[in-house]
Amino acid sequence: MSSFRKGFTDGIPIGLGYLAVSFSFGILAVAGGLNILQATLISMTCLTSAGQFAGLTIMLSGGSIIEMVVSQFIINLRYSLMSISLSQHIDKTMKLPQKLFFGEFHTDEIFAVSMGRPEKLGSRYFLGVIIAPYVGWSLGTFLGAVCGEVLPPMIVSALGVALYGMFIAIIVPPMKHSWKISIVVAIAIALSLCFHFVPFLKNVSSGFAIIICAVLASLFGAIVFPIEEDKKEKENKEGGSV
Amino acid sequence: MNWLSFLTYLLVMAGVTYLVRVLPYIFMRKEVKNRFFKSFLLYVPYTVLAAMTIPAILFATDNIYSAIAGLLVAVVVALFEKGLLTVAISSCVAVLLTEVLQRFVF
Repeated sequence: MSSFRKGFTDGIPIGLGYLAVSFSFGILAVAGGLNILQATLISMTCLTSAGQFAGLTIMLSGGSIIEMVVSQFIINLRYSLMSISLSQHIDKTMKLPQKLFFGEFHTDEIFAVSMGRPEKLGSRYFLGVIIAPYVGWSLGTFLGAVCGEVLPPMIVSALGVALYGMFIAIIVPPMKHSWKISIVVAIAIALSLCFHFVPFLKNVSSGFAIIICAVLASLFGAIVFPIEEDKKEKENKEGGSV
Repeated sequence: MNWLSFLTYLLVMAGVTYLVRVLPYIFMRKEVKNRFFKSFLLYVPYTVLAAMTIPAILFATDNIYSAIAGLLVAVVVALFEKGLLTVAISSCVAVLLTEVLQRFVF
């Protein structure tokens, strides 16, 4: 199979998942006072779940530009970490212009499937893998914006977990195969619970809290359970079973 | 929302998001060899997603009981290594069924 086809095939389940998740974003955006075109434009230019939901809240509440910059920077900082990981996993066809183009399309799920591929990846793979997710995310937002108001509230409530369900589908299979990943994830979860429920800690903004939890747990993992070179390939493959 | 303020927000939002994604490509040109740093990077996506999901998923629906149902079903279906879409939809269906039960049975 050509690398373009491989990428395209890997992207299809992501695209379908995005269609469902961004549908709920479209509903929210229009309910908050944006028009259909504005809601769709956000998804077409940002292509990020958590960042967009936070950005929408700031827009609708008339927040300051500083608040927008800081929130987007913190919530999306994980993409920087992912770009660093991904830059170790690409071949010679990825020159700077290609990196700058495909960089726009780095999301948690595209990152997960790309890192799951055992071989180094090139621009044809990335061109394939971004199509379905991009179309799914934009189209889903549009459809949600158009027909959101006619949906019963129960359906809207059920769609609220779609995004998290997708995250769980990425995290759980590698945990099943690697006790190291399980422990590190458990630490991240424990820290995250502290940031929600412990007095004082819960005043930390959720974007900051996510970064602190992820960095501390990953540091712990890197110090206590460093991954062997050949082992890493194996675990990456497992991570790609999504 | 009027287009001028919308576009201002959008420009900032999309601009910051894009820069965060590509800055490492501009500043980090060499391959990372360090074992510690490589291990750290391997763990990052899982820890980020875990911290984003828990406990936030518990407050993502109308009430915490339907959210717990959604969480449990997602974890079980994910343990069977089904795809992203299957897990997400199963989770939504679990929430919906729980809320239907709550309204019409209890």
